[in-house]
Amino acid sequence: MPNRILIANRGEIALRILRACQKLGKKTVAIYTAVDANLPHLDLADDTVCVSHYLDANDIVMAGLTRRCDAVHPGYGLLSENAAFAEQVESSGMVFIGPSPQHISALGDKTAARKIFSSLDIPCIPGSVEAVSSVEEAFEVAAVLGYPLIIKAAFGGGGRGIRKVDSAAGLAEAFDVSVSEAEVGFGRSEVFVEKLIENARHIEVQVLGDGKGGCVHLGTRDCSVQRRYQKLVEECPAPNIDNVCLDALTEKCVEAMAKLGYRNVATLEFLHTPGEFFFLEVNTRLQVEHPVTEMVSGIDLVAAQFQIADSGVIPFTQESIHLVGHSIECRILAEDAAGLAGPGEIMGLRLPGGPGIRFDSHLYVGYRVPHQYDSLVGKLVVHAEDREMALARLKQALNELRIDGIPTNIERLKRLTSDSTFMNVKFHTNWNPQ
Amino acid sequence: MDIRKVKKLIELMESSDISEIEIKEGEESVRIARGAQTVVNPTASHPPAMDSSTENSTAANHSAVNSSNGTTTITRGPQGHVVRAPMVGTFYRAPSPGSPAFIEVGARVHEGDTLCIIESMKMMNQIKADKSGKIEAILVENETPIEFDQPLFTII
Repeated sequence: MPNRILIANRGEIALRILRACQKLGKKTVAIYTAVDANLPHLDLADDTVCVSHYLDANDIVMAGLTRRCDAVHPGYGLLSENAAFAEQVESSGMVFIGPSPQHISALGDKTAARKIFSSLDIPCIPGSVEAVSSVEEAFEVAAVLGYPLIIKAAFGGGGRGIRKVDSAAGLAEAFDVSVSEAEVGFGRSEVFVEKLIENARHIEVQVLGDGKGGCVHLGTRDCSVQRRYQKLVEECPAPNIDNVCLDALTEKCVEAMAKLGYRNVATLEFLHTPGEFFFLEVNTRLQVEHPVTEMVSGIDLVAAQFQIADSGVIPFTQESIHLVGHSIECRILAEDAAGLAGPGEIMGLRLPGGPGIRFDSHLYVGYRVPHQYDSLVGKLVVHAEDREMALARLKQALNELRIDGIPTNIERLKRLTSDSTFMNVKFHTNWNPQ
Repeated sequence: MDIRKVKKLIELMESSDISEIEIKEGEESVRIARGAQTVVNPTASHPPAMDSSTENSTAANHSAVNSSNGTTTITRGPQGHVVRAPMVGTFYRAPSPGSPAFIEVGARVHEGDTLCIIESMKMMNQIKADKSGKIEAILVENETPIEFDQPLFTII
């Protein structure tokens, strides 16, 4: 059973993983880069190792081996969905806290995932079955699908490599831009074409598997409020959708992942229009927005990841899970009103608190936010008996939260979440009020 | 940092109960402590990651200011060119167990000479001198884990 864990990530999620390890009595080894030596989890870890880069798989595996770690938790982003890294970790003798490299690889290719899930009776967005290799081929597919459509990187993520195309006139340029963005961003230039589903909501299902055909779900989340295809506000459960529809969806997801023999946590993402769900992709890792599910289910998802790795068994059954109340998360970003990243030193902090409030963050007074990494500096999470009360708590918590020294999107989040469109669940993924 | 300012700080400390003081000015910082060994750092490094060899080597390029019993002495650690680890791994001073070390303190080296091996991913990576000169200090114990960018040798 792994009891010395290498935390192969940074920021709030590294701290989150460390907390789960300490809860389970596991030792921790944290990695960091030269500009990140002031992260707070480094002080709390049992050992630390400086590495050249968070994407340097060799350095990270060696950090684990030289400090006698027996498992690696990849967190989200960075190397978390890199099958070669998972493979390297496992072949070095350490446990990868996540799915098998084979599942990461098969499900990380979006065109392959579409094929797998449509064969498992999960509806997919109409589009090209294989990657589209030329502009001519893209025109052929477009002629069948009709416009508007969307071009996506087959190995993409984080909102990059996605282009909307309104008419044939814009197709050639959008194709070229997507291909080069995919090449630069993900090292794989394959793109595919899908029909654009307009005015849809982003709904996702949290599942856990034991790797031997056992699988449970922890309900749904709504992540429709996005900017530039990146999630900004997430809630659990997905509001204002008929429970019978949601139950049918989660059931199908569990069946599909059980058939695949999937291990550890995964999220299946869908677009939702009234009466319909369309499969988007699977994330084969812990998600940024996992706390909303934790708040509603009362389950420590990161601890569950370790427990599955320890025993090969999911530490709870579907029947024992009770989803209670409503939870909303806001991503606090170090960005100004124009969305430009703002590094700097934290001069003051006023943290929100009280019942049903949680703030996952690596900030402290005196911490310098580096410009090299993601702008996420915290996740403000609220929980209450229903959505209305959760909104009231969110308003209160956003008012309490103050971060001095860097620009933040707190004011923007206040406006977004008090807008009648948000309050009445009239939003979709393109909703973007000023 | 202006040496007069440092003197002022020492006087200030002596007239008070403070046992340690640290001042930052832009890139520079100075820490002065009573009795104990003290170090001037370019910027604060992260302490938990540092074993004793790293701490010594951080001092390698910088003067140390000591203040005890009212007298001020300025000592200097290794001053030479620092050779740093290009990767995480295990540090070996010799090509195989039992064979003599590549170099010892005081040895003359030429640019391109092998100084040590870092084992990473079952690969033995020869770390070579990027400057000719004399080995002033070896900052890491044989067969110990090392971090990226950790100072390994100084060459004068």
